[in-house]
Amino acid sequence: MKRYSAFAVAREGLRYHSGWERAWRSPEPKRHYDVIIVGAGGHGLATAYYLGKNFGITNVAVIEKGWLGGGNTGRNTTIIRSNYLQDPSAAIYEKARSLYEDLSQDFNYNIMFSPRGVIMLAQTEHEVRGYKRTAHANALQGVSTEWIEPARVKELVPIINLAGPRYPVLGGLWQERGGTARHDAVAWGYARACSDMGMDIIQQCEVTNVRTENGRVVGVDTTKGAIDCDKLGMVVAGNCSVLSEMAGFRLPVESVALQALVSEPIKPCMDVVVMANTVHGYMSQSDKGEMVIGGGTDGYNNYTQRGSFHHIEETVRALVETFPMVSRLKMLRQWGGIVDVTGDRSPLISKTPVQNCFVNAGWGTGGFKAIPGSGWAMAELMATGHSNLAEEFSMMRFKEGKFIDESVAAGVAH
Amino acid sequence: MLILECPYCGVRAEETELHGGGEAHLKRFGPGSTDDEFHDYLFMKENPRGVHLERWRHVNGCGKWFHAARCTQTLEVFGTYSAQTTEPPQEIKDKISAKRPGWTWREFKG
Repeated sequence: MKRYSAFAVAREGLRYHSGWERAWRSPEPKRHYDVIIVGAGGHGLATAYYLGKNFGITNVAVIEKGWLGGGNTGRNTTIIRSNYLQDPSAAIYEKARSLYEDLSQDFNYNIMFSPRGVIMLAQTEHEVRGYKRTAHANALQGVSTEWIEPARVKELVPIINLAGPRYPVLGGLWQERGGTARHDAVAWGYARACSDMGMDIIQQCEVTNVRTENGRVVGVDTTKGAIDCDKLGMVVAGNCSVLSEMAGFRLPVESVALQALVSEPIKPCMDVVVMANTVHGYMSQSDKGEMVIGGGTDGYNNYTQRGSFHHIEETVRALVETFPMVSRLKMLRQWGGIVDVTGDRSPLISKTPVQNCFVNAGWGTGGFKAIPGSGWAMAELMATGHSNLAEEFSMMRFKEGKFIDESVAAGVAH
Repeated sequence: MLILECPYCGVRAEETELHGGGEAHLKRFGPGSTDDEFHDYLFMKENPRGVHLERWRHVNGCGKWFHAARCTQTLEVFGTYSAQTTEPPQEIKDKISAKRPGWTWREFKG
């Protein structure tokens, strides 16, 4: 792999850009791999990357039915934060956030990580108490966050209307080291690094069956033929129920649509990420100038990657109250993704009833921020059979009653 | 936009009038059941890509609960039916079979 550098840009500039090579190979599948990861989104590619980087396992295939990073990795609002209430959540999201900080250097690929700061607005008395509690919990967890008063919110976000008639801004939970990153670049950076380690990324290859013998996984059938493996990682988000049925077990998740939208590009007006959980809206400004807006999920099972229009209306209506200038914005694009939601709104990084088959799913509406940490923990679990980061996220927790209840702690937007 | 006809009041309601209630025909397990049964009842919801039977409430209308047969992959609605039943009526099964031959959903099939 040729390294990207200022020198490379100059060199290619002098020879009509004829020397750039493809960032990753597109090989035909081999008959056998040590590890197959199903799903070439952020979490799947990160799992493969850390299997190679941390454990030297490079005979790996990452299989993707669509195109690389075309699912939720390319459909989220790119927010990165780790201000969670529960210890296991804070640990894995903070691991992810800290890995994001030098991922560009790690990859030699610019993921445009922008630690611009994230504010979660408190707009009810309940939220004020909740976020103060989270700030204290974060202090104990070693996650840097602070409670800020309305005047400081206004200073950070001049376009905000503090005195909303329904939901005045009463303060906020501020994580200065949170921010955003270029979501596609995260997937591309991981893919390039995986390919460079000799891993095969096989796109447009759908898994049609998971083969097991005596309770252990032996391979998968795909639209490009049968492939054997010693270990299998299922990292397919919204379709995880479909894949787990093929392997003969069920997952405690439901798949629903989550939508986002962007406005026309405008001049820089907001250099932090703002989340308003009471009214279900969050917003940041992309480097292109678009206001990137996310809202709530639909209330019914859905696999179509499109959602209901009234959620868009609700989200924008809520934001107009808090950010009056939004009412003058034209919206450019809107899209949906299928998120897999568990009973306690926390993910699954887990062994399964099938031996040597592992699952990483249930990230629901908040997976992007976790990608490096999730891959790190999943790789450790797959390579060694145990991961401290992943331990609490076992699918057995529902049977044991050991929930990681972020649905109460985090509000809804995630 | 999802539109369901309420089988009680006959109104064709769009989804802001309705509230989804999750999986239909739940068998309830409580005291006296095994841990596995209780766990599956609480957390292992049906999550099919395709034919799905679910509960809905006509919340901003007549207020009654009813059932709907729907496809989660296309958002096509096969039909709605009364909540006063433990299995989908034959008429609904036939409607699903006409469009999705060989369908199954938990113990029900076409």
